Amino acid sequence: MTEIPEHLRKRAEAAKAKAQGTTDAPAGDASPAGGAPAGDEKIPSHLLDRGIAAADQPGTVAGGPAPPAGSSGPDGHNQRLLTVVKSGSIQDTKATPQDKVHVWPHLLLAEFLAALAITLFSLLFSIFVNAPLLELADFNKTPNPSKAPWYFLGLQELLTMFHPMVAGVTIPGIGLFVLVMAPYIDKNPSKRPEDRKFAISLMTVHLMFWSVLVMIGSFFRGPGFNFIFPWNSGLFFEL
Amino acid sequence: MADDKKPAGQALQEQLGQLTDQVQGSQAWSSIFRPGSIFRKGYNDSPRNRSYVIMNSVLYHLHPVKVKRHAVKVSYTLCLGGLSFFLFILLTVTGIFLMFFYRPTAAQAWDDIQTLQTAVGFGLLVRNMHRWTAHLMVLTVFLHMARVFYHGAYKPPREFNWVIGVMLLQFTLLLSFTGYLLPWDQLALWAVTVGTNMMGFTPVFGEQVRFVLLGGVEIGTDTLLRWYTLHVLMLPFVVVIFMAIHFWRVRKDGGISGPL
Repeated sequence: MTEIPEHLRKRAEAAKAKAQGTTDAPAGDASPAGGAPAGDEKIPSHLLDRGIAAADQPGTVAGGPAPPAGSSGPDGHNQRLLTVVKSGSIQDTKATPQDKVHVWPHLLLAEFLAALAITLFSLLFSIFVNAPLLELADFNKTPNPSKAPWYFLGLQELLTMFHPMVAGVTIPGIGLFVLVMAPYIDKNPSKRPEDRKFAISLMTVHLMFWSVLVMIGSFFRGPGFNFIFPWNSGLFFEL
Repeated sequence: MADDKKPAGQALQEQLGQLTDQVQGSQAWSSIFRPGSIFRKGYNDSPRNRSYVIMNSVLYHLHPVKVKRHAVKVSYTLCLGGLSFFLFILLTVTGIFLMFFYRPTAAQAWDDIQTLQTAVGFGLLVRNMHRWTAHLMVLTVFLHMARVFYHGAYKPPREFNWVIGVMLLQFTLLLSFTGYLLPWDQLALWAVTVGTNMMGFTPVFGEQVRFVLLGGVEIGTDTLLRWYTLHVLMLPFVVVIFMAIHFWRVRKDGGISGPL
């Protein structure tokens, strides 16, 4: 058995003696409020009374002169549970800290470079390619073919196949409506591509549908909006 | 003579000193060279200064100080949303330039464009840029929508922002389409004729829709004025509001969507 060092043993004994002495003290001091020790002056007397009474109770119930060590503190003060504050009720503690980076320079630099690149691209493109300006508008001279702006050429292409109300209103209207409502129709919570094969296929078909129609309308339609091959009959397309 | 000169020099020096004190005591000076300002102590790269770049600038309206690490990956967003916004700014700047030289009447529009191209410095270049960036913006907005869809970024909590985004796509198309008529050349006139004829097939009140759009029963100088106002004022105004909501919602929904 190892020897307990002398100074530690002494300290432990002193502490034990002190605890014994003070747990006895409230039982002795119980009667007058004025008899409170000088060190307790800051505690209002009525609170002190209440504390002493609470400390006495378990003692009287147990019948023993000294209450169990856990029920009162070393100086006769009782720690009482006033309330329980659950974590997260005042301070929002995040379960998993997020890996974040400063917007400057990490994001701003990328944005700045992207903006610079696209400005440069459009500047160079504009230096070398002129925007079309045909002759003055003339109501008596219908160009052949007459084409809508390229993003509406899909619709114009549909006009060759369906009644105008179907091609110009019903189909694009339904397409647009489904597109707007996508998050409310697609209730699948997963974002992983392998979990949303149907949604991805549907969207791809939708995008391809319009892209192909726009391509056909732009490059494969000649005079009279008849089907042509641009490598045979030339290009009938203005941006 | 020497005695005369000396006080004059001193007076000037005093005046200069006074002026210096005044400038350095002014509110503008002390706000530019305020304690902690990079004009006073230079910019050294520290987390604190990185935060100040955003916090102390108007960029704070657009970006938070920090974002999730994956959000700065160019391969995720391809910068498409930001580029669409930047193209909108570019179009506004070039568009304002064009407005100085353009009158939206059937008698003057085409001549104004012709004059702009031949007699105005950088006129042709700016018109080219306005036209090509407009087409580019339709493309980037469209690709942005595709990108967002394939990442499933429209799912909760971002459903509403998707709706705003689809609206913005339609407004972009409308902006482009209204601008198409303004040169008043054969291309503009007949493209718009085809386009508005299609809208005339709207069920029930198709005729009325067409009438409102054209400002009459057929395309004319009234249509030009109407589309000009839509193009330079009303649609940009609406788009700016929708963009503000769009950007605000991005941050409100916790930044851009997470990795797949």
